[in-house]
Amino acid sequence: MSLLSVKNLSVILATNDGPARAVRNLNFRLNRGETLGIVGESGCGKSMAALALMGLLPERSETEGEITLDGENLLEKSDAEMCRIRGNRLAMIFQEPMTSLNPVHTVGNQIMEPLQLHRNMSDSDARAETLRLLDRVGIPNPKARIDNYPHQLSGGQRQRVMIAIALSCQPDILIADEPTTALDVTIQDQILELIQTLVREEGMSLILISHDLGVISENTDNILVMYGGAAVEMGSTAQIFDELIHPYTQGLFAAMPKLGRARARRLVTIPGTVPDLISLPAGCTFTDRCPLATDICRNTVPPNVEVKAKHFVACHHLDEARHRKTEELFS
Amino acid sequence: MSVFIAKRVLTLLATLIGASIVIFLVMEILPGDPALVILGVDASDEAVRALTIELGLDRPPLERYWDWMTGILTGELGNSYAYKVPVWELVEGALLITIPLALMSITLSIVLALSIGLYAAANHNKAGDITLMGISQLGISVPNFWLAILLIILFAIELRWLPAGGFPGWKEGFWVCLKALLLPSLALATVVGAILARITRSSVLEVFREDYVRTARAKGLSQQATLWRHVLRNALIPVLTVTGIQFSALLTGTVVVENVFHIPGLGSLVLKAINNRDTIVVENVVLLLATMIIVVNFVVDILYAVIDPRLKAHDI
Repeated sequence: MSLLSVKNLSVILATNDGPARAVRNLNFRLNRGETLGIVGESGCGKSMAALALMGLLPERSETEGEITLDGENLLEKSDAEMCRIRGNRLAMIFQEPMTSLNPVHTVGNQIMEPLQLHRNMSDSDARAETLRLLDRVGIPNPKARIDNYPHQLSGGQRQRVMIAIALSCQPDILIADEPTTALDVTIQDQILELIQTLVREEGMSLILISHDLGVISENTDNILVMYGGAAVEMGSTAQIFDELIHPYTQGLFAAMPKLGRARARRLVTIPGTVPDLISLPAGCTFTDRCPLATDICRNTVPPNVEVKAKHFVACHHLDEARHRKTEELFS
Repeated sequence: MSVFIAKRVLTLLATLIGASIVIFLVMEILPGDPALVILGVDASDEAVRALTIELGLDRPPLERYWDWMTGILTGELGNSYAYKVPVWELVEGALLITIPLALMSITLSIVLALSIGLYAAANHNKAGDITLMGISQLGISVPNFWLAILLIILFAIELRWLPAGGFPGWKEGFWVCLKALLLPSLALATVVGAILARITRSSVLEVFREDYVRTARAKGLSQQATLWRHVLRNALIPVLTVTGIQFSALLTGTVVVENVFHIPGLGSLVLKAINNRDTIVVENVVLLLATMIIVVNFVVDILYAVIDPRLKAHDI
């Protein structure tokens, strides 16, 4: 049995313009110790999916489907029950380290909080454990830093503190939502490496959310590509990079600047903009921007076809997508 | 922290000196001759001149300003022109009413504001929130003197629980005086409490949208624990700002309510002194009011730094 299994997960947000399906019929599994990357443009529903796992969706939203952690459906749990799971078995790191820590409490107190909440530690035990955690996440001189306020720390250090908070109760699953997007490029690698090391050493599973295929390719076992709230392609990282199939995945990969590529060559762009979640077509969400789209795409949800072992693609025009080059598709 | 406080104290002193100069200048250009007002319009020129000299009003302004300042430092404020008693005697009596009244009103307001504001924010857009915000809108709109009259009719005339007005003096006992101040402070606290309740509510709702609140929830804290540990302290800053302003207003601007309840506070004293051209009382009371406002702001500044550690860092 998988540690985490998500079945037909949909998230519907109530907006002023009507209901928006931020996540549609998402399915995936995550085994213990496995790492999964969720990739897609901003607004594709990846953060909403993560918040749904944590049970922290905005108030005016509905969830359908099943999120099973160790055989228990999290969507059926009360908030009090979820409070015992959050920070304890499921932990999350957010995109904005500058605003994710409370400015009026010391970083030490903020790390001690989950330890006292879930582990019933005494003040002195929690403080000792906090010092160990600060050291573990690579903050130099923890004894001096533990009583600092967040504004006294750099962005990278704050993200390390966030990692220490997430790590504090040795969760089964760590969800990292764009953990390096707001950081300097030089710091990004350090933070990703730290997450990698900790996940491996603690035996945690990781869900890494990013818009950056490069980050995902280097840090995950499996990839889930999302567009307009739906999964368009899923498989092992090696397989997907071996053969990008869905037109969206191909476009996303081609739009990524690469070092060493001939300078004259222009970057490929996917025409159009990120779709408005309210007015998405009923069928394939990528229809309006897809060079292969036909009428069937607009009206019928494409089946999730297993192209190769455990490599799934949801596209009505699989053959064409597989046999045409990316440059040809987006020229 | 000590550097922060030292800086604030220096600012406070500078502001006080500035305030005293402005007050003195305004009193200089205020029309109406104190000697003439005291003696009446029929007084002879000689008598007026004699009194002017007696009061020391013929001396150059700079000299009189210097005397005023040294007088304050030595506790010699001089005698009231109108009542012929030491200024301090008049001021002391009024202060012993106005300060307790303002403190009672602000305490009542804060209790009202925090309970209403937090409840409304926790029940955002639900029936309780909408009802309480409707009532608080009413509280802001009702003039306090009219509310004071209603309170007198209800609690003093109909129910006979509390006195309708007057102030017995602190010698008569603590509880009697507290009872005498209860209705006036309630009349004042309704408006202030209603304003603060709305600010508390909106401030709490705003902080609830912050990223660190999501972090707190992601740690496993319940909504309630998040409110107390992570939201409230951050939400207090705008509430504190307005509390400071309102408290200053309570110290200085309670004339109307004082009149409805016939209590001789500072507001009434300064009003009478202006009518009598009792300039020596006016300038001293106004300087005292300015001092109190400056001290309130000083305390608010210190509290800011206590609540939010970032403010200390920016100042040093």
